[in-house]
Order: sequence, then C-alpha cells, then structure tokens
Amino acid sequence: MAKKLLVTSSPHYRSERTTSKVMLDVIIAMLPICAMSVVYFGWRALALTVVSVAACIAFESLFNLIVKKKNTVSDLSAVVTGMLMSFNLPVTAPYWIAVVGSFFAIVVVKMLFGGLGKNFANPALAARAFLFSWPTLMTTFVKPFITPMLPVFRDPIFVNGADLPDYIDTVTTATPLASLKTGVLPETGIADMFFGNIGGCIGEVCTAAILLGGIYLLLRRVITWHIPLAYLGTVALITFVFPLTGGNFDWQFMVYELLSGGLVLASFFMATDYVTAPVTARGKLLFGIGCGLLTVFLRYYSGYSEGVSYAILIMNVLAVPIDKITKPRRFGIGGGYNDAK
Amino acid sequence: MAFSFKGGIHPDYNKERTYASPIEVLPPTEEMYLPLSQHIGAPCIPTVKPGDSVKMGQIIADNPVAMACPIHSPVSGKFKGVVQHWHPSGTRQPTMVIENDGLDTVDESLHPYEGDLDDLTPADIIQFARESGTVGMGGAAFPLHVKLKTALDKKIETIIINGSECEPFITADHRAMVEYPSTIVNGVKLIMKCLNKDTAVIAIESNKPDAIAAMSKATEDSDIRICELPTKYPQGGEKQLIKAITGREIPPGKLPMDIGCAVFNVDTCASLFRYVSKGRPLTKRVCTVSGSAVIRPANLLVRIGTPYYALFDYCDGFIEDPYKIISGGPMMGSAQHALETPVVKNTSALLAFCGDEESFEENPTCIRCGKCIEVCPMRLLPTYIYQHALAEEFAECKKLNVTDCIECGCCSYVCPGKLHLVQAMRMAKGNIPKN
Repeated sequence: MAKKLLVTSSPHYRSERTTSKVMLDVIIAMLPICAMSVVYFGWRALALTVVSVAACIAFESLFNLIVKKKNTVSDLSAVVTGMLMSFNLPVTAPYWIAVVGSFFAIVVVKMLFGGLGKNFANPALAARAFLFSWPTLMTTFVKPFITPMLPVFRDPIFVNGADLPDYIDTVTTATPLASLKTGVLPETGIADMFFGNIGGCIGEVCTAAILLGGIYLLLRRVITWHIPLAYLGTVALITFVFPLTGGNFDWQFMVYELLSGGLVLASFFMATDYVTAPVTARGKLLFGIGCGLLTVFLRYYSGYSEGVSYAILIMNVLAVPIDKITKPRRFGIGGGYNDAK
Repeated sequence: MAFSFKGGIHPDYNKERTYASPIEVLPPTEEMYLPLSQHIGAPCIPTVKPGDSVKMGQIIADNPVAMACPIHSPVSGKFKGVVQHWHPSGTRQPTMVIENDGLDTVDESLHPYEGDLDDLTPADIIQFARESGTVGMGGAAFPLHVKLKTALDKKIETIIINGSECEPFITADHRAMVEYPSTIVNGVKLIMKCLNKDTAVIAIESNKPDAIAAMSKATEDSDIRICELPTKYPQGGEKQLIKAITGREIPPGKLPMDIGCAVFNVDTCASLFRYVSKGRPLTKRVCTVSGSAVIRPANLLVRIGTPYYALFDYCDGFIEDPYKIISGGPMMGSAQHALETPVVKNTSALLAFCGDEESFEENPTCIRCGKCIEVCPMRLLPTYIYQHALAEEFAECKKLNVTDCIECGCCSYVCPGKLHLVQAMRMAKGNIPKN
C-alpha cells in the first residue's frame, strides 16, 4: 500500500459534537431573545449586541496576536460572551460601555486566566458586575415601545429630554424588582411580565423568548435540567414561603420574583455556563440551589434590588470544590446493589 | 426493554452494511500464520517440529500450565517453523507458519463425542473446553476451560450469554445467532450443565430483531431466557451487561463470579458445542469486514491464521488506500499497521477507513461541559482524571478510581473539545504508584 497506516489509541470514533457547534447552539438559542429585544427596544438593542460581539471578537484576536497564540475566536465562545454581556445592558447604555464590558469579559476574566475553559468566573457576568462602576448608566431603564425609538448611530442624550422629549419623567422606569424589594407587587400584569413588556435590560425582559431558547438548549442536550430547575425551584420555594409582602405563601409574589430581573436568563444561559459550573449531576443541583439561596438573600437584603449576577459569581468560585464533594458513587461500592452477595 | 445501565452513548452503528449479509466462507491462504499467543495467559509452545506435516484440526501448540489452551492447525500441510511475525497487538511475536497443502486432510484422532450428552460431567465439559482451544470470542480471549473451572468452584446464580454486540460495524455474532442459533443454544446447554444450572439468560440488543427471533425460536423448548436489551454502547461490556440483567455491580477488582455471574459470548458457546458434537476444534471464526474503505463489506468465516490482506482481497479490496485499519470495533479495537497480520481467535472484525483522515486537535481544550461524566458507564470523572494525568499526578488519578476505567471510549467519543481522554486514562493506569 502506498499510504502509511495511522495507528492511534482507541476510540477511533468521535461524535460530530465540537466546541464551536455547542457554542453555535447557544447562539441559536439566544436569537429569539435578540429578536424580542429589537421588538421592545428598537434597533439600538441589536446595535448594542453587535457592538459587544464585535468588540469581544476583536479583543480576543488582539490578545492572541499579542501573546503569539493561535487565534481562538473560531470556537465562537467570544460571540456567546458578547451576546450575553449585551443582554445585561439597558438599551440606554452608551456603546463605549459595551466595549469596556467586552474588554473586561474577554481580556481580564477569560484570556488572562488562560482562555476558554480556564476562567473561574463567567466573563459576561463578571463584566456586568464591573460595569456597575457606572451605576446610573447601567440602571437607566426605559419602557418598551417608547416613541421615538432611541437612536442607533449615536448614544442617547437625556439632558433636557433631548432624545425622550415630553416623556423624560414618565418613560424612564423602575424595574419591577425595585418595587418588589419594598414588598409591593408591581402594577404590571403577569402576562406583560412574562412576555417582557416591562422595563429592564435588553435580554432579560422577555421570559417567553428565554424559555424558548432554554428549551432548545435542553433538547439539543447542550445543558441539563439540573441547574435551571434547582436554581428557579429554590427561588420559587423561598419567595413563596417567605415573601416580602408580609405573611407567608404568596404565589403572586413568587411569580413576580421569578419573572423579574435577569433570573430566568441567568438560570438557563449563565449559571449553566460549562466552564464555571460543576460538572457532576449532584454538583449541578447543589450549585443551582446555592445560586437560588444567594439570589434571594441578595434581593432581600443587599443594597441592590437584583442579586442574580453576584449570586452566580460567588457560586462560580465554588464550582470545583462542589465537584470534589459530589463525586458519583463508585461503581460496585455501596448503593445496596451487591448486598445479596 | 427496561433493562439498562447508567451512561453510555448512541454512536452511528453502521451495522446495516453487513447485518443482512450471510456468512461467506473465505478460502485459506497458502501460508497460515498462527501466533503462539492468542489468549490471555501463558503463550503456547509448539508441539510439532519444523518440517513435520500437520493435519487440519491437529494440536500444533499447547502449554500445560492452567492458564492456556491449545492451538490447532487450521489447514493440513507442513509446519515450516516459528518466525517473528506481526501480531494484532502491534508487536512482532513468535508465530508458527503452516504451509497449506490445500487438501484439508482432517486429523483422524478427532471425532465427535458419541455418548449421551446428559451423561457428561462438569469435568468432562471443562476437558472438552480445553481440548477445543476455545477462548472468549467476544474480545477478551480468556480461555473457556479456565472460566468454567473457576465458575464451578464459586457458586454461580446467573449464566449470561452475551449476544449484545454493541460495537459499531460488527455483525459477526449477529449473523451467528441468525444462521446457527441451535449450535449456540446447544453450547449454552453444555455450559449450563457444566455449571449445574437449569437456566441461562441470552442478552441481545434490540437492534437485532432477526437474531432475537431466531434465538427465541431455538430456545422455545428450554428454560433459557432471551433478554432484549436497549441498543446502547457499551451494553455488551461485562460490567454493564451484568448490571442491566441482574441489577448487580461488580465491585472494583472483582470478577463476575464474585457476584454470582458468569458471562460467555454466543460464539464461544457455539465453538464448544462444535467440538463436542462434531469433533471440530476452534480453527475458524466469523469476522466482519467493513468500514468506509471496503468495496464489498461482508461477514466471513475465516480460518484462524489468515492474513488480513486475504480478507480484504476477498471483499474486492479497497475503494482507495485506507488511512486506518482496525482489528475489532471502532470504540475499543486496536489500530493495525501491517496487512500481513493474521486473524487470531478473538478477531471479531477488520475495519478499514478511507477518506478524510481523522483530524487531531493540537491543543484540545476542556470546556468542562461534563459530557464525559454523563456518559461514563463506570461513573468516573474523566475530565478531572485527564487533567491530573497530564500533570503526572498519578496518585490523584488513583484517588479518582482511574483503575475502574474499562476504556470503552464513551468519554472520548462525546468530548466536544476532542480531548484524548481514554489515552490519558491508560497512561495514568500504567503509572499508578505501587503501594
């Protein structure tokens, strides 16, 4: 034979699944969220996402160029980070915020720790936490469907109501979370909350779109049910039994808590981030429960009305220790399987 | 269908290429190559001298130690001598060369057992198992008589006959079950008799409905039960099979017998019965020839000692030069580098692949997706073991029970980062500190 035979260690068979295909699935799952952000907040929402993604790709390429490593952007993880980070921005945020956030997410949190797979915290969430150095810019929310829509090719100007004439006082809106924190149910109806007809970050308002993406991820087996269920279940349980509205067992308060802020988005798209979550099944449950406990704690008692990002960031640090204490039962040991013998 | 185990994968099985192909008889070659090492245990020593003429079925090598069984000549002709020749393990090993005279003169000392099968004692059957040269035909090549003897000493509750054949491409056992079910079932009855059991379970994966039908028919009037298992890799792994059928788990370092089970491959049973009923020792076996490079995939009845090229030639050769040839299945088989290598007692398949060569990630990156953990049928943490193995922290690997790894390949198969997980496991196993 002309050709030399390849001799390698078994298995000689590999699945079609690759890192970039997994990331592509995550991107596909986020498209409905992207679409709804445009519906509610106009093209500026998409522009923020595009700027974030472009910045993430640029920073990762640049970093690889500087440290003379093979460019890694083809794994698409930078695109995922960019999209997720932009979802955490209000539509009013200036573009430079998106660029700064991308820099922090990609360069500081990911690449400096060795790139994909090595970062200890979720880059998008860490960037969001960092961007709260500009709290006003991060929390200027507008209601959906404002007219005119905010500009796409420059940053909005709020001084003297330039971009929001007549509406400046009524349109910028507090999120339902702020209201919940004071123990008052928001005036927004539950259907509006579910479909996202509320003020908030561009990617977090439309729970319907997020669930659609989440189901896609579950069906494609990109994520397992453990983290979202444990996370949302824990938050649901505590807010139901101990609502801030006084008394106990308030299902309405529970539903509003679940539909408010970034909880559902985070439980499907951020807490499930492979790199920064445990890998064992029981570990994932524990991680989800931890995220839930911390989220409620922060929402109830911290200075911010939202607690999701800090809850997950804290749990990120515990991912590896959680793996260590949740090793699966060893095959053939315990479990009562061999007691007969 | 309710039976299974946790973990596992569903690869492309690619069995449709050969599952309906009747077993074809491959003519022997002019020279046959018989490695002295064809089973787990001590290699054989030739019992004939160079230049001696040998008959078909004659014992040409044996070893009196317990852990060995004889090798029989697959043809009649002349024993030329022992040479260093390629072995499926990838090394050169002492190999007996038989020049085929083409006459297939059968050794006259061979004859069927003429008495009543019911009169056979366990000791008789164990003796037959040894004389027949039968080893575990599923892949392990464990001498049958040794397994029977140890199983007899321990109390066996369940005899499991493995017809699951879970590796992709391979259809040798499948065809065996379809074409000679009664030979297999009679072999199973011998094993039951040997181990003093009234029943046995024949496990077959659900993707072989015709085999299930044929075996069900052959076992109608017996107490042998057919168990249809879900199609999932590695369903045929001994530990997974026992777990699926009995719910029991073999403790680390223990044998099936320690939890009251004995597992035999279907073709192993057939080989035993052929010796008892027809006086034919193990000199042939069914071998699937398949893979993308093979023009006409087939199931062949091959004489042991036939070089690989004869099998491929019989299947009309290659579409183009293959980049890889595998003995066994794509999940656990071993890559071969010489077409002169002979088929041995446990060669269940020869696969040849052409087209785009497998690509290898230069810097495989773990993204901690946890897929390897989801699929590991031994419930290990492959990604953590991998990291410790690469850092040469072998004591840590041991703490993570790397020694439990059955090298089924599921973790490497699913890994999106294309990490060489199984390879790392093997390396760690070989470097576990002794204490």
